[in-house]
Amino acid sequence: MKVSPKAEEILEALWIATEEAGDNAAHLSTLGIGPDDEALAELNRLAYIEVSGDRVYLRKEGRPEARMTVRRHRLAERLMMDILDVKGGEGNAKACELEHLLHQGVDTKICTLLNHPSTCPHGNPIPPGLCCEEAREQGRVGVVALTELKAGEGGEIAYLAADDPKKMQKLMSMGVLPGNRLQLSQTFPTFVFKVGHSQFAVDQDLAREIFVRKE
Amino acid sequence: MKKRSISDAQVLPKIVLVGNPNVGKSVLFNALTGAYTTVSNYPGTSVEVSRGVCEVAGQRFEVLDTPGMYTLMPITEEERVARAILLEETPHTVLHVIDARNIERMLPMTLQLVEAGLPVVLVVNIMDEAERLGMEIDTALLEEKIGIPVIAAATARKRGLQEIRAVIENAADRPQARFSYAADLESDIRQVADLLREEYRLSRKSLALLLLQRDTEIEALVRRTEGEQDYARIAQVVNGVVFERRADLHLRISLERKRVCSGLLAGVVRQSAVAGVPLAERLSNWMMNPWTGVPILLLILYFGLYQVVGVFGAGVVVDFLEGVLFEEHINPWVERLGQTYLAWDWLYELLVGEYGVLTLGVRYAVALVLPIVGSFFLVFSLIEDTGYFPRLAMLVDRVFKRIGLNGRAVIPIVLGFGCDTMATIVTRTLETIRERIIATLLLALAIPCSAQLGVILGLLSGVPGALVVWSACIAGLFLLVGFLAARVMPGEQPMFYMEIPPLRMPQPRNVLVKTLTRMQSYFLEIFPLFILASVLLWAGKMTGLLEGLVRAMTPAMNALGLPAEAAAAFIFGFFRRDFGAAGLYDLQTSGLLSAVQLTVAAVTLTLFVPCIAQFLIMQKERGWRVSLGILVFVSVLAFTAGALLNRLLLAGGVLS
Repeated sequence: MKVSPKAEEILEALWIATEEAGDNAAHLSTLGIGPDDEALAELNRLAYIEVSGDRVYLRKEGRPEARMTVRRHRLAERLMMDILDVKGGEGNAKACELEHLLHQGVDTKICTLLNHPSTCPHGNPIPPGLCCEEAREQGRVGVVALTELKAGEGGEIAYLAADDPKKMQKLMSMGVLPGNRLQLSQTFPTFVFKVGHSQFAVDQDLAREIFVRKE
Repeated sequence: MKKRSISDAQVLPKIVLVGNPNVGKSVLFNALTGAYTTVSNYPGTSVEVSRGVCEVAGQRFEVLDTPGMYTLMPITEEERVARAILLEETPHTVLHVIDARNIERMLPMTLQLVEAGLPVVLVVNIMDEAERLGMEIDTALLEEKIGIPVIAAATARKRGLQEIRAVIENAADRPQARFSYAADLESDIRQVADLLREEYRLSRKSLALLLLQRDTEIEALVRRTEGEQDYARIAQVVNGVVFERRADLHLRISLERKRVCSGLLAGVVRQSAVAGVPLAERLSNWMMNPWTGVPILLLILYFGLYQVVGVFGAGVVVDFLEGVLFEEHINPWVERLGQTYLAWDWLYELLVGEYGVLTLGVRYAVALVLPIVGSFFLVFSLIEDTGYFPRLAMLVDRVFKRIGLNGRAVIPIVLGFGCDTMATIVTRTLETIRERIIATLLLALAIPCSAQLGVILGLLSGVPGALVVWSACIAGLFLLVGFLAARVMPGEQPMFYMEIPPLRMPQPRNVLVKTLTRMQSYFLEIFPLFILASVLLWAGKMTGLLEGLVRAMTPAMNALGLPAEAAAAFIFGFFRRDFGAAGLYDLQTSGLLSAVQLTVAAVTLTLFVPCIAQFLIMQKERGWRVSLGILVFVSVLAFTAGALLNRLLLAGGVLS
């Protein structure tokens, strides 16, 4: 059941307070809402939470939803910062908007694209989803950095995560573009790969920023 | 058609060659103009623009060969130079030369040139190699789809030249190009383009795209042209669009171009399978694998540097020219002539005395330095044309990272073994100031130029073990100083990325012409300096200044355990590195040096000051502060290291 964005924020804060900060509830003041807030009423109706005085408790029924909300938020952060290169406060703000849209399998796709990350850019854990469990069971990796390929392996370039726009531009203009096929031929002392009929050598730092959808 | 004379070359219509590095622009330039510019198999070798004249159907054109560039938006110095041409000139024809094998990757730049409103002709070069790879390219169909003339060529094999000339001749009836990006992107571009009021060389659409990509040079250009007030409005709109699309504008534009190009190439390129790995590719893999690559490098160094430059150039050829030709025939003859006809002592000294223009200057330049430099340039050109250097760059990247550089710096460093002055100019191609300073320092300190290297190799190879001690000292200090510099210098670690062109069999004619051209320009540069140096030395001798200088340097020589006469070699060394080594050669042949002394002198002289020319270039490229700092540091380190080495060798009883 999809709850409102505002309610999602509350669930998220509750999850962080109870699961990660070790408290058993959150104060209304820290949530920044009043006792007669609409989102609060919505969550109450769903029996996800229990309000007692100025303390809000996360009920067992609300835990799965809260967990997924946190997961979506942190996946959104990773997407923003690693791929779309939107950083700092800007990245956070965009991630906050985006997280509410990651429903109905979109989160799974992003999670797979990001190769099932275990932490957000701030180092907090991302609760694993079904897709992560599946990937673990099958030993499958989706999109990996060039550094994780072995010589002889190849795949389609998924995205570039270079933070320096000039470097990014250089790579793009040499044909290292999402959608092109890449074949890795050597990993030491530098990474050597082929895109089309051209061969390139890049160092480890740059190889770490080229992500490939492994074949 | 109006005939024009050579003198008004500046008003001739211009043909501009542009394209990625290593696609054969210089070969085409040579073919069109009949002139010669250096051709190489190494990306980023041409930093300067070459100009020549060609004639097509009785009409004269000026041809400009630009350094390689990947996009219309420059990142490196070379690209900046190339674009400046497009920004400042009004070309009659822009020949965009691309590598047929990589047509998909290089076509996006064609789009950029077309949308800039330039009269573009697409030259799909290196067709022969593409065909060998099983590629078929229907250039006629591509021409029809893209709307500009497209020519299939293999300029190194003279294929397509006729067609290129024809297209230059018939500029009037060229088709009109047409393509467009996705609607939203187009509307963004139009928003900005519509605000540009003034006249530009590049089209408004292209300028708008560059503005959106935050090209600082274009921003400055538009600011200048439109005026502060209008620019503020434009900047506001640009900022708005950039902000709206902040996450992906750049990538979006690239992907759009890629999409357009895939559409253009659909049905144009056919790829059939080719069986087997060609020998060149296997060889290339061996060169890049450290296990086989390092032995190959050592073989190249041994045969290329030691055998050809050291043994053949500095040994056989110098022995003949210097030992037989000058010492036995020319010098005695001119001395006799001098004694007979030159009544004045000073004139005798000036021309044929100890530091005489003929007996010293000409002899050093012609008999000693030229053969050594020549054999080095021959080896260098040969290796350069095979495409080995990019492979070397990738091989040494890790080691170079430790000394604050990256694999790219291998070219200036290797070039330093030819001429440190030239190499110091080439450090321009390194990306950060930090890398440039470190490379300049290492060149000044530890890289002997070919003439110096040749003489030293020749001298030291006579003493068992001396060459090992010398190489260990120089290589050790190179790494140590680099390692420390990387720690001391602020700034971030450079990144390494490089395109690796295919290995090619060098063409003998090309190698030969390149070697001779380099030798010629080298000789023209050094010859006057050598003459000047011997005049200065002569003046120093006549006035007693030289003697004073030598005396002043005696304590330093003592510290090194060298005879006082060796001071002269060091003074020579500042005129030219090779001059100093040549001075050492004279000392050695007159039997003044023991094995230890010879080694210490060679090490100190190698490390010691860059020559005058190199210092002047350092000053020009890096400024007074940095270059003086390097000069002082290098001199102090050279003498300290020399003195230490002397103690060590004497105490250890090595070499004696």
